[in-house]
Amino acid sequence: MDLRMNGLTAAVIASLALIACAKKEEPKPVAAPQPGPAVAAPAPEITVVIGHSAPLTGPQAHLGKDNENGAQLAIDDANAKALTIGGAKVTFKLMGEDDQADPKQGTLVAQKLVDAKVSGVVGHLNSGTTIPASKLYSDAGLPQVSPSATNPKYTQQGFKTAFRVMANDVQQGRIIGEYATKQLAAKKIAIIDDRTAYGQGVADEVEKAVKANGGEIVTREFTNDKATDFAAILTKVKSKKPDLVFYGGMDAQAGPMALQMNRLGLKMPLLMADGGCTTEFHKLAANAADGHYCSLPGVPLEIMHGGEDFKNRFKTKFNTDIQLYAPYSYDAVGVIVDAMRRANSVEPAKYLPELAKTDGFQGVTAKIAFDEKGDIKDGAITLYQAKGGKWEAQATLGGSPVDAAAAAGAAALKEAGEAVKAAGEAAKAAGVAAKEAAREGVKEGAEAVKQAADAAQQAVEKK
Amino acid sequence: MPGSGKDKRLAWVGAVLIAIALAVLPLVVGKGIGNSWVRVIDFALLYIMLALGLNIVVGFAGLLDLGYIAFYAVGAYLYALLSSPHLAAAFPDLLPAGVHWPVWAVLPLGALVAGIFGVLLGAPTLRLRGDYLAIVTLGFGEIIRIFLNNLNAPVNLTNGPQGITQIDPIRIGGVALDQTQTVFGLSLHPVYLYYYLFLACTLLVIFVTVRLEDSRIGRAWVAIREDEIAAKACGINTRNVKLLAFAMGATFGGVAGGLFAGFQEFVSPESFGLLESIMVLCMVVLGGMGHIPGVILGGLLLAVLPEVLRHGAAPWQQALFGKVILDPESLRMLLFGLALILVMLYRPAGLWPSQIRKREFAAAKAEAEGEEGP
Amino acid sequence: MDIFIQQIINGLVLGSIYALVALGYTMVYGILGLINFAHGEVVMIGALMALTTIKALAGSGLPGPVIVLIGLLVAMPVCMAIGFTIERVAYRPLRYAPRLAPLITAIGVSIVLQQMAMLFWGRNYHTFPPLLPSTPRAVFGAQITDLQIMIVVLAALVMGGLMLLVNTTRLGRAMRATAENPQIAGLMGVNINQIISITFVIGSALGALAGVMVSANYSIAHYHMGFILGLKAFTAAVLGGIGNLAGAMVGGVLLGLIESLGAGYIGDLTGGFLGSHYQDVFAFFVLILVLVFRPSGIMGEKVSERA
Repeated sequence: MDLRMNGLTAAVIASLALIACAKKEEPKPVAAPQPGPAVAAPAPEITVVIGHSAPLTGPQAHLGKDNENGAQLAIDDANAKALTIGGAKVTFKLMGEDDQADPKQGTLVAQKLVDAKVSGVVGHLNSGTTIPASKLYSDAGLPQVSPSATNPKYTQQGFKTAFRVMANDVQQGRIIGEYATKQLAAKKIAIIDDRTAYGQGVADEVEKAVKANGGEIVTREFTNDKATDFAAILTKVKSKKPDLVFYGGMDAQAGPMALQMNRLGLKMPLLMADGGCTTEFHKLAANAADGHYCSLPGVPLEIMHGGEDFKNRFKTKFNTDIQLYAPYSYDAVGVIVDAMRRANSVEPAKYLPELAKTDGFQGVTAKIAFDEKGDIKDGAITLYQAKGGKWEAQATLGGSPVDAAAAAGAAALKEAGEAVKAAGEAAKAAGVAAKEAAREGVKEGAEAVKQAADAAQQAVEKK
Repeated sequence: MPGSGKDKRLAWVGAVLIAIALAVLPLVVGKGIGNSWVRVIDFALLYIMLALGLNIVVGFAGLLDLGYIAFYAVGAYLYALLSSPHLAAAFPDLLPAGVHWPVWAVLPLGALVAGIFGVLLGAPTLRLRGDYLAIVTLGFGEIIRIFLNNLNAPVNLTNGPQGITQIDPIRIGGVALDQTQTVFGLSLHPVYLYYYLFLACTLLVIFVTVRLEDSRIGRAWVAIREDEIAAKACGINTRNVKLLAFAMGATFGGVAGGLFAGFQEFVSPESFGLLESIMVLCMVVLGGMGHIPGVILGGLLLAVLPEVLRHGAAPWQQALFGKVILDPESLRMLLFGLALILVMLYRPAGLWPSQIRKREFAAAKAEAEGEEGP
Repeated sequence: MDIFIQQIINGLVLGSIYALVALGYTMVYGILGLINFAHGEVVMIGALMALTTIKALAGSGLPGPVIVLIGLLVAMPVCMAIGFTIERVAYRPLRYAPRLAPLITAIGVSIVLQQMAMLFWGRNYHTFPPLLPSTPRAVFGAQITDLQIMIVVLAALVMGGLMLLVNTTRLGRAMRATAENPQIAGLMGVNINQIISITFVIGSALGALAGVMVSANYSIAHYHMGFILGLKAFTAAVLGGIGNLAGAMVGGVLLGLIESLGAGYIGDLTGGFLGSHYQDVFAFFVLILVLVFRPSGIMGEKVSERA
């Protein structure tokens, strides 16, 4: 015992000595030039670091990396523009961290980003990491834009720094429920969710909306986000004979689920929220993919300004397809950079008010505006149907008239100028005209586009 | 073991120095390399508490428990329910503002309830040994997690997978630990304040386990670990003593859970998965089962190592090869896995095993090698 | 009624999948008394390795089942090599160490294998092309595919084959001797190191087979698939009595049936309170019940406590 104590004493003396040394060196890092945003720096060049956090290992790593890639592309684009903010030439840099979708790691990463004095944070991917981290960002006055956290509580905590560019569960669930009962005319609906914060959240809202619209929930079944076998719950669903099955969860389950529905002889369509709205779904569901529906906040990439271009550049740069939320994290970086430019400052305290005032930022997912809580305002939601290995836009619901008109216009465009290039271009010009009309608050925007499209079609026929 | 006067004095000096070192540690670390490291240390202290609790079950009593994190979850959820507006949603008439009990009431209650859960787990598993016990405890841990994940209906008790938000921060004597406080002109960030609280709790836990180890109960646990039948023959009530091990271990988990909930101000079921149980078990085994300083070392190492790797994975590659070859996240986990393997290969009894274990192991090895021959 | 039959078939198929993986666990456990936590990862590598081969051969014009067979034949030696290496590196040096030490190295190996698979095959989900016949056929009003029938038959065949191997061959006798007492077996002229290596190699080859079957049935493979599969299979093995080959089969099928019938019926019986979200709870609850009354599993032998 005594011997051990002596050993300990020696160790402690040694460590105290070390600490003393550390203390002496302490002023050094402070004196050294900080790489962070030196605000009033006379230097013409500054580096602005944007933090990013998502699970890069573990079962959701593919989504996390996708988010990071989206953010990286936005950073590269911002750098390509060679922006000057506050009189200095700005170079953006992404600091990507791995939170393993674990709430504890989420706060560790948050603290690391706060310590590193990043200028803004894009993330986290999951609501479970976003919420506890948001408190740390709020305490540090650091703006946080989540590309994919959908739990309504995130923006209801009263933090001025919390934003998201994704429709929350309530916004999305309401529209899905409406679409299922009205457009798809389903009376009896079965709901399955994966018992994650995301799946359960959206499924609960869909249930409410279906009931509010006079639909009936015939059964609610559950699985988990690591499951591959759904035979038991699908067999039970079959016995309740629903017109439609809603699944709240990710594509990794939704794909095999669609396949197994086919095998078990369930002929009704499967409706999914954003988690199933991926290209992977078609591969995973193989020959059973066609006819199912999904919804995605925002307007289809093919239609949005620069959307198609974004898709192609993403593919060339990272040599992989967009998994899911990359366009949203791209936009999340976009709104931050945009706010910095408008505030003419990269300092969080200065550009935060401008960020909150974001209204009509042209992203690849939608025209982004924040409401007073930091949620996306009037988030448009587009519904798609799987046809021949692709998601085809069916309808864009909710959202501002601009979005709706743009979507309707684009849909008309597709019908009109599918084959002939010249006609398509003419219609595009018409689409722009229609957009301007809509901006003035005219609902007939969509009509105008359709007329333009008709005109285009006639032009085609004449040729 | 009273030593000579000089030795005693040296021991006192050592104790005082340790105290000073622990007191200034967050300041040095925080101001020197950043508050994120103080947060890492905060979590390390929580894990040390957990590891010491599990050590009672696994290390002292020799009962392999793979569902230990359930008690942590029980403590955390109890704190969350009793210190947040959440219950107002389920019982709007009864509790319009939710429940906001003070921490000194919630933590002991958390310990008690977790202890009861410990007995609940222990009772049906008394006859089980080894791997059968492991799988049942694993199942128990999963059952608790699944219930937490699903008890948002029919009555919204746990808010399901969404987790409970807006949990009150821990307050001590009217001082909220989640606000920066100024003491003697020194501004103390919340992570420092929590550090001192966690440190105090950890020291208490260490004190209790050290006393337990040397007590009648502690010796009974070790006797059961070494040979249950012989222990029974010596008049030890193996049933009660085993249940006590589960209950005591669970209590520490409950306290740590409550602290975790107050620290994070958010709990959700994903924090209490099987991997967390495995991680705590790794701490105990890696450090040196049944040896308190070893377990503390194990907890500290495994909590800090992934963070060191997080900070180091990219720069080290840069320094070694001039570019980043493997992506830092996978390298981080890869090195973590390798570390687990290597430590066990080179120190199979743990990094800092007790003298008895070391001797036993050496004897077993010599015997085996002798029998097997060259 | 056809719903009930369908649920029984669902449980049987799922259970056979668990059994296929559980056989690998139980075989190693039977000889070494060691939970090979990394077995799930071997299954995963088997699936991904076969998948890579299959994708490479997809355009070759060979018939589907032949391609899958080639994929399996490529995956098996890879998994065998991995199993052999794991045993050599992570378990053999610890054969006489405290019982929990190899458990920790197993967890370490599992993390390492997973990360390597992630580096090699990426983070995305992979699709297993539909090469095996998977059009459902009706049996008593219920649906089952040829592939699923194959899985059930295969699980039974593998179990039978292993039992024959262990109980009737010279190698099997050596295995049983090693399981009984490695030191004495060594003295009797059994090369126990070799026997243990062979056990691991066979177990890993079975892992590859299980991996291919699982991926083919669910059309999905991912670097993280091994963990949950391994956990379920381990549960099945313990339920049946770990170390007992027939027990793995019984445990697997029982677990599958509990999950499927539990998810299918208990929800309605309890007024929706215990719905399919408690699927795993039913499984663990039955496991605990079984172990309380039969502490060494359904088919496990009553082991006297070693002094």
